[in-house]
Amino acid sequence: MAEEKAKKQYNFRDFSICDATVQMLQKAAEDGMETAFQRAAEMKACPIGADSACCKHCFMGPCRLNAKDPYSKVGVCGATIDTIGARNFARNVASGASAHTDHGMSMLDVFREVVRGNITDYKIKDEVKLRNVAASIGIAVEDRETMEIATDLYEELERTYTQVEGEIPFAKRVPAKTLETWRKLGIVPRGAMREIMEIMHRTHMGVDQHYENIVKQCSRTALSDGWGGSMVATEISDILFGTPKPRVAGVNMGFLKEDQVNIIVHGHEPNLFESMIAAVNDPANIEKAKAAGAQGITLLGMCCSGAEVLGRHGIPHAGNFLSTEAVIATGAVDAMAVDVQCIMQALVKMSECYGTKFFSTNPRAKMDGAQHIEFHEHTPRECTDQVVAMAIERFKNRPARIVIPDRKDMGVHGFSHEYVNYMLGGAFRGSYKPLNDNIINGRIRGVAGVVGCTNPRVKHDYVHVELVKELIRNNVLVVQTGCSQITLAKAGLMKPDAAVLAGDGLREVCETVGMPPVLSLGSCVDNSRILIACAEMVKMGGLGESIADLPVAGAAPEYMSEKAISIGQYFVASGVFTVFGVTFPTVEGTKFHDLLFKGLEEMGLGKWGFAVDPIEMAHLMIHHIDEKRLALGIMGKKERKLFSMEDRRQADAM
Amino acid sequence: MSRLVAFAAIQGAYNIVSKAEGKLQQAIDKYGPNQPIGFPNTAYYLPVIYSILGLKVEKLSDAEPVLARCKQLLPEHVKGTIHLPYLGGMLDAGMAAILAEEVVEAIRYVEDPDFYLPGEDVDLENGKIWLGAADDVIMRKRGVEFVDGSAPGFAAIVGAAPSPEIAKMIVEDYQKKNLYIFLAANQNGTTVAQQLIEAGVQIGWGTRIVPFSPDIAGAVFALGFANRAAMAFGGVKPGDYEKILLYNKDRVFAFVNALGEVNAEWAANAAGAVNWGFPTLADTDIPEVLPTGICTYEHVVANVTHDNMVSKSIEVRGLKVNITEIPIPLAYGPAFEGERVRKDDIYLECGGGKTICCERVSIADMNDVVDGKVELFGPDIKDIKPGSRLPLAVVVEVAGRKMQEDYEPILERQIHHLVNYAQGIMHIGQRDIAWYRIGKQAVEKGFTLTDIGKILHAKYHQDFGAIFDKCQIKLYTDEAKAKEMLPIAQAAYKVRDARVENMTDETCETYYSCTLCQSFAPTHVCIVSPERTGLCGAYNWLDCKASNEINPTGPNQPIQKGEVVDPKLGSWKGCNDFVYKASRQAVEKVNFYSLVYDPMTTCGCCECIAAVLPTCNGVMTVNRDYTGMTPAGMKFTTLAGTCGGGNVTPGFVGHSKYNITQRKYVAGDGGLMRLVWMPKILKEEIRERLLKRGEEIGIPNFIDMIATEEDGVTEDEVYAFMEKVGHPALTMDSILG
Repeated sequence: MAEEKAKKQYNFRDFSICDATVQMLQKAAEDGMETAFQRAAEMKACPIGADSACCKHCFMGPCRLNAKDPYSKVGVCGATIDTIGARNFARNVASGASAHTDHGMSMLDVFREVVRGNITDYKIKDEVKLRNVAASIGIAVEDRETMEIATDLYEELERTYTQVEGEIPFAKRVPAKTLETWRKLGIVPRGAMREIMEIMHRTHMGVDQHYENIVKQCSRTALSDGWGGSMVATEISDILFGTPKPRVAGVNMGFLKEDQVNIIVHGHEPNLFESMIAAVNDPANIEKAKAAGAQGITLLGMCCSGAEVLGRHGIPHAGNFLSTEAVIATGAVDAMAVDVQCIMQALVKMSECYGTKFFSTNPRAKMDGAQHIEFHEHTPRECTDQVVAMAIERFKNRPARIVIPDRKDMGVHGFSHEYVNYMLGGAFRGSYKPLNDNIINGRIRGVAGVVGCTNPRVKHDYVHVELVKELIRNNVLVVQTGCSQITLAKAGLMKPDAAVLAGDGLREVCETVGMPPVLSLGSCVDNSRILIACAEMVKMGGLGESIADLPVAGAAPEYMSEKAISIGQYFVASGVFTVFGVTFPTVEGTKFHDLLFKGLEEMGLGKWGFAVDPIEMAHLMIHHIDEKRLALGIMGKKERKLFSMEDRRQADAM
Repeated sequence: MSRLVAFAAIQGAYNIVSKAEGKLQQAIDKYGPNQPIGFPNTAYYLPVIYSILGLKVEKLSDAEPVLARCKQLLPEHVKGTIHLPYLGGMLDAGMAAILAEEVVEAIRYVEDPDFYLPGEDVDLENGKIWLGAADDVIMRKRGVEFVDGSAPGFAAIVGAAPSPEIAKMIVEDYQKKNLYIFLAANQNGTTVAQQLIEAGVQIGWGTRIVPFSPDIAGAVFALGFANRAAMAFGGVKPGDYEKILLYNKDRVFAFVNALGEVNAEWAANAAGAVNWGFPTLADTDIPEVLPTGICTYEHVVANVTHDNMVSKSIEVRGLKVNITEIPIPLAYGPAFEGERVRKDDIYLECGGGKTICCERVSIADMNDVVDGKVELFGPDIKDIKPGSRLPLAVVVEVAGRKMQEDYEPILERQIHHLVNYAQGIMHIGQRDIAWYRIGKQAVEKGFTLTDIGKILHAKYHQDFGAIFDKCQIKLYTDEAKAKEMLPIAQAAYKVRDARVENMTDETCETYYSCTLCQSFAPTHVCIVSPERTGLCGAYNWLDCKASNEINPTGPNQPIQKGEVVDPKLGSWKGCNDFVYKASRQAVEKVNFYSLVYDPMTTCGCCECIAAVLPTCNGVMTVNRDYTGMTPAGMKFTTLAGTCGGGNVTPGFVGHSKYNITQRKYVAGDGGLMRLVWMPKILKEEIRERLLKRGEEIGIPNFIDMIATEEDGVTEDEVYAFMEKVGHPALTMDSILG
């Protein structure tokens, strides 16, 4: 046969701006391993799929349409490019929303069992938050026992998933005018299960064949994620594990320790991670590690559950999605335990190569070749103690060469909505008032959420960093979640000193508050914290009556998952201009594309945007923010109002 | 740079709290945990602690949980290059410092009871210049000025100016802008208060310059004053810290001027004040905190020059000040109203029982009045020697299409304070008992008697321009001319009084609202009828009518009383509709003549409070100036706390002193005959009118049937007294129905 194709030579600096990742890619290549970076470089994305011009919803096809001339052809059933694009998009939303709602449901399962006393390894840690969440959806809290409230809260939140008619509980947190728009459009979610079921039905062959109607259900389903499943996940996690408040914590691979047993938890649900924290701090386990010759046990996070515990407990974070393969190449990872979402199957082979013990733990997510140690919430330590034991085992038998990149990046993490309130006024005057005020007076131009995955189709971390720098330089305060947050932490932008990179106005506010110009909020379900922040900004006043009026924008510049599409759609449906990078699954010039990029805004919602270049993306967002400022009448300098007695009489009764 | 402020404030707060802990422990060791502590004559305990934490500190041991809370509030120090956000912590630290200082000051009242001089005035001769906490009488009396706008706010000055002249310049400028000036702290032992005394400025509540304390801890007296205003006038509940603080931010326009080097403890106090929305302006180069949010505008502004201090402070606080420019050579404004001209300083004195002195405003024909003309008949300042006396008749003639005879007394009554507002001029009394003292200082600055006319002309136009067009003033110092004027004036007073006396509620279809106090008590609505003057005593029906003419969209609106709902209790549909709307839906209906059933709302400015005494089957009333106990079991200030702040409180109602002798006084509950107790000072003040009303109700000696504190301060004692004198209330229907 023909000779094996010669391996291509790559300059790994073209793949990523993360030094540690580049160093490990280099090492992996030397060790004969390849990663998503090489696979992406070698596999051209399917061009029909990239334009979402392919329909596989029945077996008369698959049908492919011509994205260059989108209306020249239809599918066998007659489906147009708009129907096909919308249906594909809807399936993305359904999958993404399912991921978050199922995650939220797992949290709620644990909460229920804690409340009923069947789970004892977890308990209600933040009673204040429990009461606040309960009160926010109309549950009586005055003079009631915590457990009574918790029971009511469980029952109420269960409706987020199972309710078949009415509105999900957290719809009560939506600004009145935004909710009114949703009601008018018929997109207030009833219950996540119902919405996801309906979207699957509607996208079956021969059902919903009007792109506008399909997009409505996309909004409704996505909202059941953002204001439903994701929000439940965030709130229950805070109640069970503590509401984050800022702490100085570190990211990057330098936190691996050569002389310690290193365990990485990668995935999304905090249950596993919280139990792992207990396991590695168990003196018995530490003793075992020491007996094996280690100085101790180091636990690191990766991906989203890692981002959560980074803010919540200060557990160091080894890197984002695209670093998960690279980190194995250090040889220092004794065990990697994963649960759900964004776990590359390639990790199995990578772990095999370096002798890392690799465990799947969630019954939903087994992997061919991985050892499965099932995690049960009722007996969590059975799983995590076993992982620790196996890690210690591997420590004793480490392969010879261990290379740990010398990078540790410290920053401030853990800005929950509750803390932001406190941060801006202390125990007595806490509120969003200073934020709104400084937006109104122009020191802060607006707020941007920069979130989402990393994707080997673009230079890893690069787009995130350049985008955020450009935004803060233009006085846009940036809030972050997920993998994007880890990127900026590595770039040092979560240090208070990073304010020097901000425009004068934003810098001044950062210095007053003592905060960095880029705020780290948590995992991808914690995007719900951004929704809450938006609702609070509306409530505080002066910036319009609905979320769509706010001078804010969102971006996922390096996204790769369907969850990102669901997140994007719920931000758009909530009223936020949301810009995606890399690629976008629509065909420009089609009615469906125009609806997402323009039509939704005309209905009173937000809209989608697209740009690959970070600077271009930043200016799309800034332009939008300026348009909103103009509409609010807060462009330019405002004359200082001096208050007379008459003004004081007119002031509203408190 | 804010980081440095936060660092210093947090350090300062640690110092203050830890010193307070030591102080408290020492005090407990020395006096025991049950030693009573508190500020003089207040129903608000230690007012900052009470208002913010809801804790009543009555004895030393009560302060322990307060300091425990302070320690909880103290945040981590700001440290490292990667620090955590500090704004929230800095504000908490500031609050901890303020709370701890209040404990320290309360202990000072125990340890050194003579350190502060209670009351409104300093005692220069004995070197007692520090007044300490204002008692509730002062707070209510002065607080009213914050409510009606005659004092738009206060400047809390800490430290000392570089020289007495600069201190005087700054403080006088605030006086001219009608602000109160609260003084605390020292700079190397020098204080602004001492500097002002050295520069010959009169200090004390009367001139709005209040020397609280030579220590920074005394800043807490200013904040305690502000928080009591929120509770007394705004009806905010103790412990509702968020409302208390926002009330101050939105309604009490105060700020801090830091003069001289700012140390960590000052920084802690400045941070504490920011919680109230009170910014700090310093004359030194300290780090600034400019972005807005907690305060209305900037939080800390540095390097302000002394020339610029006043205008910059007012701008930063977001305060609109109406400055009165009067064409006389003296400083002018309400702050000078309380200033005295002492015997040795008199250049000229008129009236006061020694010479004739009278004042009259009368309506005149348009063609007979030359606007702005001021004529003096007789000798002026230049013609006399220092320490002289002259007779004086002030005759003001006003004309205009809207001018009515009814407005004459309103304009005339203004003369007292309008003349008093001039620095160095003292005015007492009115009508034919007016009394003028012109100080030597005023004469030195070039004051002449025609300036009195200029003041009246300018101020009348400024405040009452809407009801007249032209105004001229004649001043008579010539003995014969003054004598001629006196009987004319006296005749006019008589006609006028008779006219007002004859007005009744029944014959009048239009009443007037007064929502002047809504700047402080947002749900409070007064309705003023001819026979029920406003509870503050400052506004009768005619005043409201004139005020409405002057400002048709202002706080005094005409109300068509409409259909009668209840003639006995005094309830009209038109009035109820208005109250519902103007109270922002908080109050649905009120009865004008009852305190038992849906009485009118009471704000913190009432002159008197009446309360039902069930055992006596009657009512008592107590005036603000009486600080003793009453048969209701509460002092005035506690009563005001119960029913003030714009609430309807059955069984209690605020009213004016004058109202007691009006025919409709609690008429729905049985009228004046229900009155069983009142303080002696009040009885004496209204004696003449009470005697007259006694005749009218057919019990000429009724005045003697009303018990005073001399007869008892419990219901039982009052009841016994009633039986002794045969008080009519004993045989009336049960007051509670």
